[in-house]
Amino acid sequence: MITAKTAKNLPPHPMDSLLRTERIPHIWCPGCGIGTVFSAVIHSVKNSGLDPNNIAMVSGIGCTGRMAGYIRLDSFHTTHGRALPFATGLKLAKPDTKIIVVSGDGDLLAIGGNHFIHAARRNMDLTVICVNNLNYGMTGGQQGPSTPLGAKTTTTVNGSPEEPFNFCYLAAACGATYVARWTAMQVRSLRSSISEALDKRGFSFVEVITPCPSSFGRRNRMGTALEMLKFYHGRSVIRSDIDPRDASMDIDREIVVGKFVDIERPTFMDHYEKVNRLNSPQWRAMHPDQKAR
Amino acid sequence: MSAKEVKTGIHFINGDEACCEGALAAGCRFFAGYPITPATEVAESMSRRLPEIGGIYIQMEDEIASMAAILGASWGGVKSMTSTSGPGFSLMMENIGLGICTETPCVVCNVQRAGPSTGLPTLVAQGDMMQARWGSHGHYEIIALCPSSPQEMFDFTVRAFNLSEYYRLPVIILADETIGHMTERVVIPPEEEIEIVNRRKPAVSREEYLPYEADADGIAPMANCGDGYRIHVTGLTHDERGYPAMDAKAQEKMVTRLVDKIRNNRDKIITTKNLFLDDAEVVVVSYGISARSSMQAVQDARREGIKAGLIKLDTVWPFPEDLMRGVAAQSKAMIMAEINGGQMVLELERAACGACPVRLVSNYGGAILHPALILGSISKAAKGKL
Repeated sequence: MITAKTAKNLPPHPMDSLLRTERIPHIWCPGCGIGTVFSAVIHSVKNSGLDPNNIAMVSGIGCTGRMAGYIRLDSFHTTHGRALPFATGLKLAKPDTKIIVVSGDGDLLAIGGNHFIHAARRNMDLTVICVNNLNYGMTGGQQGPSTPLGAKTTTTVNGSPEEPFNFCYLAAACGATYVARWTAMQVRSLRSSISEALDKRGFSFVEVITPCPSSFGRRNRMGTALEMLKFYHGRSVIRSDIDPRDASMDIDREIVVGKFVDIERPTFMDHYEKVNRLNSPQWRAMHPDQKAR
Repeated sequence: MSAKEVKTGIHFINGDEACCEGALAAGCRFFAGYPITPATEVAESMSRRLPEIGGIYIQMEDEIASMAAILGASWGGVKSMTSTSGPGFSLMMENIGLGICTETPCVVCNVQRAGPSTGLPTLVAQGDMMQARWGSHGHYEIIALCPSSPQEMFDFTVRAFNLSEYYRLPVIILADETIGHMTERVVIPPEEEIEIVNRRKPAVSREEYLPYEADADGIAPMANCGDGYRIHVTGLTHDERGYPAMDAKAQEKMVTRLVDKIRNNRDKIITTKNLFLDDAEVVVVSYGISARSSMQAVQDARREGIKAGLIKLDTVWPFPEDLMRGVAAQSKAMIMAEINGGQMVLELERAACGACPVRLVSNYGGAILHPALILGSISKAAKGKL
């Protein structure tokens, strides 16, 4: 087991330049899927060729929120659900910075749901990675907006009486320019989707179905982390480019994975510049060289 | 055709518009907000003015998002603000706390209306004084300024930005509906005469830089996102590196500094305007629109031969307790005039500590205090009838 003491003696890792190695070991449980997603994000950042000083990570609260504390980028661990509006302000202040928002299912789509639909509607130029572990992990495994109907959590001991959101369908309906879903087992596809999402102008969204063996898996008798990984992978069916409404997310039947949306749409800043260029003589005076996008 | 960033000259504008012009003069280039009476005109003015000078106005989905967005913009190195009134101010509380904990410069203008809840959206009150002080959870210090005229809306907004940049925290402008909607003469000085303070930048390399290591005055230099320092910013209790530190010792250290950077500098932060204080026997303390009613009452009292004085609080938080303690020791009585059930009067009582009687003149909102009401209280106090 790696402890704070032994971590110091580990040989260098190729991704060390993007890690706050002095903060290792991390707080995530053994078998948690966040590590896989974190690793995929770091690989995509490294392979993007972008200057790391021009990339920032913004997170909210929860297990996934802690990612911001381990990545050696400008990183902001904000309040529960508010990563997207914080990132919106940051992006508008620094339009040339690439901003990655990492968020759990509860953070992004329960407490932060309103911000999610509006950030997607505005087409804010942000890359949003959602780690969906089907429950609130940090607080010990409560029901959330992604918890499957009938699933057991500490607040739904008889089974959840609510139907969950389909995040990818929601993102697409709200106007996201890129939408993909993978399970944590499909690492290569996940990395390539995160890379595509990083390249994409506009609101790009990647959902990852991850095991939470300590809470969701334990309460629903899903076995070890590896068994959970295999279970989700086994339920997954790759169907890229289908209508997002058909991209079902049902752990009892099928988890449709793949890339569902990849479109071009003007961003908030594109529109902001356009309306002001058209209607404000002062704006035109300030930006004489600006061309229509 | 270029627009002016600082509209130097004499204007006839309302308080909300003056707030916008003060912000722009101070260098604000980002506004995120949500419409709410009686603060809407701040947002409307910003939406017109910011594009003219290359800034960004964005209307967010709610006040929670507005507060979060201005924090994000501030870390992007752009001076930012939002404006709101009671219900929106309530929604901003959590992220004001994030701003306090992460030491993020920004300005929040609360044009107060009567509450609780939706209350009287179009009518004046000063009921958010304690909310501004304690509304976000946990222990902290705050800076809040109370303008009493459109001119002060301009002046205090400039000062709010300067204080926020220097002390690194959200600074609150506690205006009220009457001041926000009142139209008066506002003189905007030439650009070079407006003092501008910008956040202190790190003077060391990325390897040496500790984001939350303070200089001697308790203020830590601030690296913005993209400056190459690869900072980590968290609302968790953190150490000098900005990294989470989950124990009582780290908590003590962090909160002590957050509190002390304001408390130890309060002489530099606090300003008041004092009238007839030298020989005053009865001293009225007030702020915002109520300070104007009080000024009329104090002048009327003087005409009646009563030795009345006025302390107008420009800065309500931190509260000028040292001044009040001194004045209480020399006064027959002190009177707090405010439009709420008695909020700042509690601070005045605490500071006076029994040295003289302290009385409240107030209503619960919906109308300003009539000077005659305050004069009545002054007259009684002068006769020793309290």
